[in-house]
Amino acid sequence: MPDDHHHHHDHAGDAQTAPSDIALRVKALESLLVEKGLVDPAALDAIVETYEHKVGPRIGARVVARAWIDPGFKARLIADGDSAVAEMGIDGVEGRQLVVVENTPLVHNLVVCTLCSCYPWAVLGLPPVWYKSAPYRSRAVIDPRGVLAEFGLTLARDIEIRVWDSTAEVRYLVLPQRPAGTEALDEAALANLVSRDSMIGVALAGAPKRAAA
Amino acid sequence: MNGVHDMGGMQGFGPVVAEADEPVFHAPWEGRVHALTGAGFRFGGWNIDAWRHALERVPPADYLRISYYERWLEGFTELLVGARLVSREELARRRAGGVARPLAAVTEAPPTRGETPFAVGQQVRAKTLNPGGHTRLPRYVRGRLGKITAQHRDQVFADANASGHGAHRQPVYQVRFEARELWGEAADPNSAVYLDLWEAYLEPA
Repeated sequence: MPDDHHHHHDHAGDAQTAPSDIALRVKALESLLVEKGLVDPAALDAIVETYEHKVGPRIGARVVARAWIDPGFKARLIADGDSAVAEMGIDGVEGRQLVVVENTPLVHNLVVCTLCSCYPWAVLGLPPVWYKSAPYRSRAVIDPRGVLAEFGLTLARDIEIRVWDSTAEVRYLVLPQRPAGTEALDEAALANLVSRDSMIGVALAGAPKRAAA
Repeated sequence: MNGVHDMGGMQGFGPVVAEADEPVFHAPWEGRVHALTGAGFRFGGWNIDAWRHALERVPPADYLRISYYERWLEGFTELLVGARLVSREELARRRAGGVARPLAAVTEAPPTRGETPFAVGQQVRAKTLNPGGHTRLPRYVRGRLGKITAQHRDQVFADANASGHGAHRQPVYQVRFEARELWGEAADPNSAVYLDLWEAYLEPA
């Protein structure tokens, strides 16, 4: 069975040579909806632009860095994620609740959506393909240590793993531990240590990048 | 519905494969599908639960075979047709939209009430339910014991909202299930799974 990953590559490859069947079908659907007056292509362009360039994990990284340097902010972030990120000018999504879960020396958190692809768009942007894939969705809950090992993260047995399955309108963001030896760094430099993967829980902050950051 | 989308605990899908420097969209059509789908909530008037249920109704073999945004195209097309904004004939004539024919939606009303409110710290059992329509109660926790760790703000009840049976807002609880309760004695003793579950999914234990 082909996984999503290879599938996407096939389509990306097709797009460079001749338009793929699916690209043509999507184009035809868009033009039909435009003719019916249901959508405006410029509005669609703006949505694509937002997700490609405006939202993404750098927003979440700023939140994490702020929590590392400001204990009051961190306390507010854990008590009420939506209000705390709003202080930083970050908009949530109507009807959704942001919950921030903190990694400690004794607890490691991992986020998944086994039923679909729920993910904290407001702070991380759109999820990577692996997060939406069958291998991750199926195994994160039954074999979290095995999944983490595939990401190069082997945790001691005495570190508790908490897996957060996003089944309702609550979105989870992991607050990774601040790496040692970073006392001299300012907020912006600290944010650069915070990868997307560390905020999903499949990596540690400041860890060397593996295949995908 | 007990669909293939309910993947938690399944085995045999192989390793998680991450892509280096992954783009947000892998081809322009993916971005268009994403944007069209987002716009559809406004011009089509359907809700997020109906949208998720449309994705779940992609036939299981197709669901696993096609890519994420192809699945979105299937679900979006199904909602357009269901709302009579486009017809299958129009789509066929233009070679537009999806190619898999999603399964029919279940329209019977789900049970919508919890028996009782719960308190943080209380032990509860996830009900054994097998609704034919949309639900956010995964199979792997049904019948299992957990503990309430937090109460979230009240939320629209997805099972009812997906099929047009109203919002039925009710408490949503964060429930902790120990790995051994879910997966048996061979499971990691130092691991737990947390789910956010509507009151109607839970019973006292």
